[in-house]
Amino acid sequence: MKRFKYASETACPYTCMGAIRNGGVATRLSIFLMGLGNIVHGQALKGILFLLVEAAYIFFMVTSGFYNLSMLVSLGSVPQEEVWNEELQVYLYTQGDQSILLLLYGVATILLTVLMFWVWRGTLKSAYQAECLKREGKHVNSFADDIRSLFDENIHRLLMTPPMVFITALTILPLIFMICMAFTNYSKIGDHLVLFDWVGLENFAALFDSNSVLGSTFWSVLVWTLVWAFFATFSNYICGMILAIVINRKDTRAKGFWRFCFVLSCAVPMFVSLLIMRTMLQPDGAVNVLLRNLGIIAQDASLPFFTDPTWARVTVIVINLWVGVPSTLLQLTGVLKNIPADLYEAATVDGANAVQTFFRITLPYMLYVTTPYLIATFTGNVNNFNVIYLLSGGDPITDLSSTAGSTDLLVTWLYKLTIDKQYYNVGAVVGILTFIILAIGALITYRNSKSYKEERGF
Amino acid sequence: MSSKKKGNAKAARLRNNIIVHTVLAILAAIWVFPVLWVVMTSFRAEKGSYVSNFIPQSFTLDNYIRLFTDTTLLNFPQMFMNTLIIAIFSCILSSFYVLSASYCLSRVRFRMRKPFMNMAMILGLFPGFMSMIAVYFILKAVGLTEGNLIRLALILCYSGGAALSFQIAKGFFDTTPYAIDEAAIIDGCTRWKIFTRITLPLSKPIVIYTILTAFISPWVDFIFAKVICRANADQYTIAIGLWRMLEKEYIDNWYTSFAAGAVLISIPIAILFLKLQKYYVDGMAGAVKG
Repeated sequence: MKRFKYASETACPYTCMGAIRNGGVATRLSIFLMGLGNIVHGQALKGILFLLVEAAYIFFMVTSGFYNLSMLVSLGSVPQEEVWNEELQVYLYTQGDQSILLLLYGVATILLTVLMFWVWRGTLKSAYQAECLKREGKHVNSFADDIRSLFDENIHRLLMTPPMVFITALTILPLIFMICMAFTNYSKIGDHLVLFDWVGLENFAALFDSNSVLGSTFWSVLVWTLVWAFFATFSNYICGMILAIVINRKDTRAKGFWRFCFVLSCAVPMFVSLLIMRTMLQPDGAVNVLLRNLGIIAQDASLPFFTDPTWARVTVIVINLWVGVPSTLLQLTGVLKNIPADLYEAATVDGANAVQTFFRITLPYMLYVTTPYLIATFTGNVNNFNVIYLLSGGDPITDLSSTAGSTDLLVTWLYKLTIDKQYYNVGAVVGILTFIILAIGALITYRNSKSYKEERGF
Repeated sequence: MSSKKKGNAKAARLRNNIIVHTVLAILAAIWVFPVLWVVMTSFRAEKGSYVSNFIPQSFTLDNYIRLFTDTTLLNFPQMFMNTLIIAIFSCILSSFYVLSASYCLSRVRFRMRKPFMNMAMILGLFPGFMSMIAVYFILKAVGLTEGNLIRLALILCYSGGAALSFQIAKGFFDTTPYAIDEAAIIDGCTRWKIFTRITLPLSKPIVIYTILTAFISPWVDFIFAKVICRANADQYTIAIGLWRMLEKEYIDNWYTSFAAGAVLISIPIAILFLKLQKYYVDGMAGAVKG
């Protein structure tokens, strides 16, 4: 397909290095005084804006930025103290250092500086461009032209900036902040909730040390997380697919009705259905009462849905099937319809039965097409907080000394560690390790998948 | 001979059909049962969570009435308003973010395009709320965790990272023909006009889908709301309210009202979902095709 070339797609001739090497005096001076080149070459308003940005940044750095950066090294050391105030005859509290805020401000300052560097490069390029255009006698964009271009060839600047700002502030900054926590002793252990220090890789070492309680918990949780993700992903995938095939069979009547029945459960908010499932499966819940009334189990007995580790694990996988199959059904229906019909015709002619057709044609084709979907689901299941937290809450806890129960995933354990126990540093390490495991797995499969290699158009 | 064979085949088909339909019926019952159970419970007059009969002995509307009148323990109307306000604003913001980001990624070839998509993928691999506690600290440092500002904080939380889930909308935009854009460019149309006058109207399904998913998320999320609201009960959203009704001290009295509340928020979501199934399927198919 022929595609329009955009100015920004082709390599831009006005590079930063070019500006420093070949630029005129005004352009080179823009290195220090952002926007000077633009002002000299007839883009006064734009240049002044750049200059203002620089002034604001310097003002910020002088008033608080440098202090923030300097405090990042020690993370503060002044504890809050009681001081006897002679005049008022009361104890007053001095403002001590709060490491968490110092860390946050420090990280934010670094992020701001990186952004500033990026802007600085942009202004340098812009100054060089203005100079070159002027030298060649071409039209130099006025401020109005620039604004207009934001709605046309530079529309991505207009439309991508607000989302990017929020992603930076509410996703990237917190993430860096949290990653930093993994290298500190910010934890309830040792009373480091107000003042804490950098400890390097100590937390990682503690988690990998399989002799400690934390270490052994980590390995058991990790293994269960992977087992869970595998079963949760593939049981949903296979069951959803079979269901979709059965419903879409030529001979099945009332297709819409069947689909409606399954989709109905999908329409109930997940946390509602999960909470209901949980109450139903309690020792005295509806299911046990029903079984007792039917005489299947003894009057005083109850099935240990969430009290026996193995039962609990099977239960969450089965309930997850209930939760996940309808949406899988919906998502796979469209893809199933895309399988070339002649494949099936050929199979029928050759006398293949339904099971053979499924394993020889449908499954390979689906696996081939939906690899990215499967990776996304697998990742989603490793991070599947809702199902575990709402259903079992990680219970049953078999080992009282450990912080995780038998059905705790890395994410729910992370939640318990940070929110309940306030072991922020260990929580952060668990988060980072989860990421690393997922990233390795996802990158390998994703890079090898056909749908990645063939993203069309560029 | 041949007619007998035909008869056999017919019988086999009939047998297959009967098996398939019975299995489907059983499965459908399993899937519908809990939903029906909630509806039944919401009309049940007997209190408590554990009852032995499926159909209530007597029906009542009290559970619904109680939700809106008994505000001493859990102020449901207030929670409803909180959630509504948050949902409306975060819906506007995140739809804008998602649609504009996916349009740019689908149609404009700019230098940061690939880096952005890779970044979105990498960020997606981090556990969703690993940074939740950090977000809380950030909002606290900016002073958004007190009083009514909590609503603003929640709006920011729900819409902030929205642009990272551009895949479905981008997949859809990718499937709308590029020739229309080219024709419009030749006619002197700016890209802004193409976006607002051509692409968006042509992509109604995905626009509606985006708006609705954005609108629904504050109603069903309770982790973020819980971490950010903490003890500020007057800022609670519906999800936290319903969650609290099932806590040990409330469950016996509030279980039936919980069911009523669940039915109330499920109805609009169910209607929207059933109406939008088709778009959901289309969107997914587009996204999978990549």
